[in-house]
Amino acid sequence: MTLGNFLETMETAEFRVHPDAHIVVDGAVCADCTTRECVVACPANLFVPTSDGGIVFNYEQCFECGTCYMVCTQEGAITWNYPAGGHGVVFHRT
Amino acid sequence: MSRTFNGVEVNDSVDVVVVGGGPAGSCAALVAARAGLSVVLLERGPFPGSKNMYGGVVYPRILDELIPNWWEEAPIQRWVTRRSTMLLTDTQALTVDFRTDAWGKAPYNGATAYRPDFDHWLAGHAETAGAQLLTSTTVTGLLRDDNGAVVGVTTDRPDGDLRARVVIACDGVNSFLAKEAGLYEHTDVKHFTLGVKETIALPKEVIDERFGVRDREGVDIEIVGCTGGVNGGGFVYTNLDTVAVGVVLKIAKLASQSLRPEQIIATLKAHPAIAPLIEGGEVKEYSAHVIPEAGLTMMPKMTTDGMLVAGDAAALCLAAGIWLEGVNFAMASGMYAGEAAVEAVQAGDVSAQGLRGYQRRLSDTFVLKDHRKLRRAPELVLSDRVQHLYPQMVANVVERMFRIDNPQPKPGMRRILKQERKRAGVRRRDLIRDAITGFRSYG
Repeated sequence: MTLGNFLETMETAEFRVHPDAHIVVDGAVCADCTTRECVVACPANLFVPTSDGGIVFNYEQCFECGTCYMVCTQEGAITWNYPAGGHGVVFHRT
Repeated sequence: MSRTFNGVEVNDSVDVVVVGGGPAGSCAALVAARAGLSVVLLERGPFPGSKNMYGGVVYPRILDELIPNWWEEAPIQRWVTRRSTMLLTDTQALTVDFRTDAWGKAPYNGATAYRPDFDHWLAGHAETAGAQLLTSTTVTGLLRDDNGAVVGVTTDRPDGDLRARVVIACDGVNSFLAKEAGLYEHTDVKHFTLGVKETIALPKEVIDERFGVRDREGVDIEIVGCTGGVNGGGFVYTNLDTVAVGVVLKIAKLASQSLRPEQIIATLKAHPAIAPLIEGGEVKEYSAHVIPEAGLTMMPKMTTDGMLVAGDAAALCLAAGIWLEGVNFAMASGMYAGEAAVEAVQAGDVSAQGLRGYQRRLSDTFVLKDHRKLRRAPELVLSDRVQHLYPQMVANVVERMFRIDNPQPKPGMRRILKQERKRAGVRRRDLIRDAITGFRSYG
């Protein structure tokens, strides 16, 4: 599957995006991480390595599944909360 | 005292607060409200079910006790009348296919359903029973008294604390409430799997024809050997005018290799045994959710002073290969939590001691009996041999069995078995050991 196809697939899910991020990733901590489990495991592909060796996290299309904090090996890299009530992913045909 | 949440007038102190409007929470709220208790059911999504995703089949038998003739009104897609277990290699497929008319009529067995429909419907029954449903409300923590007993929850609503005599945490697989209450000694990534799926639209007639069903009949296909190097499994389920295709992946293994979840689904969809079933379909929704997979091994303490845990939050999910169930365990544990809360409130003792009826009910019924019996099954099903060696070995045995090698005469089955076991690199004693574990679990 190409990246373009996957972006299209992600468009099929509804997200009611809150202005504040519910998950915050500290890219400075990620810079020390060599294994980067989140990059391959996040089902929405929201963890993007940057050219300067950090990681950018986009919270907008998050399924709120919990995979990222479970695989993360870096203390303090991920601060994980649910979005404010009524926000975030809204499933319809699952 | 009361205040207004979302236009709803809510008492700031009630008998029971249920956190989470999934199948566990709605059954807990329904039971407690029916017994006359004041109940608030909190849901963080805009409607119950909006955050919930599963493979696609629910076995609602336990609802006989709560909603007689539930099948006449439950928003199901299709009744599962065909159940297939499929073993895949890159180029082979072996399917055991069972069908029965019995499951296509009352009282039914399993059904495909969309969780946003099913959970919404069940929460409606809790409301009818008198529970107050508050949607778009995220619980942020527990209220405790000086002795540490749970006496309510905090929410993200302004002035949003809610006090309750009993809190029932049905807040899902991540259960931050069970963790905050100290009910999980530790959690380990190796106990979880990630489920991802695509819901693919096709005309109903096309689905009927391709899957050999009609009317509301449906098909459930469980697959092993389709997840590459990642331990897990796959599934294909028929809805009325969509087909759900997905995989369940051991998270620790997924994280240690390079294929992403959507690539593993794409490989399954392209398999020669699967591709013709979904050809021409359009993806309508992609979704993902984490599953507590390790059964008894990972379960928390279920009870503490003022609080009970049910459903996925209590790791009550049965992932035993030929049985893959969660919603029924959620509904049953929610129901028993509701009953125990009623007993405790009526007796005026909501301590762990007063709430002990919950653990007793779980232990006396399928909820824990199934888990005890199948305690070794999840590990066996996800083991490297079952995942990576046996599918190839078995498929090769069957291919040799049905291949006509004339002018060579047919080889004996014992010879084929021995040769293919060796070719797959399976040691005899491992095979015997796994057979014994399997027999102990499933026998």
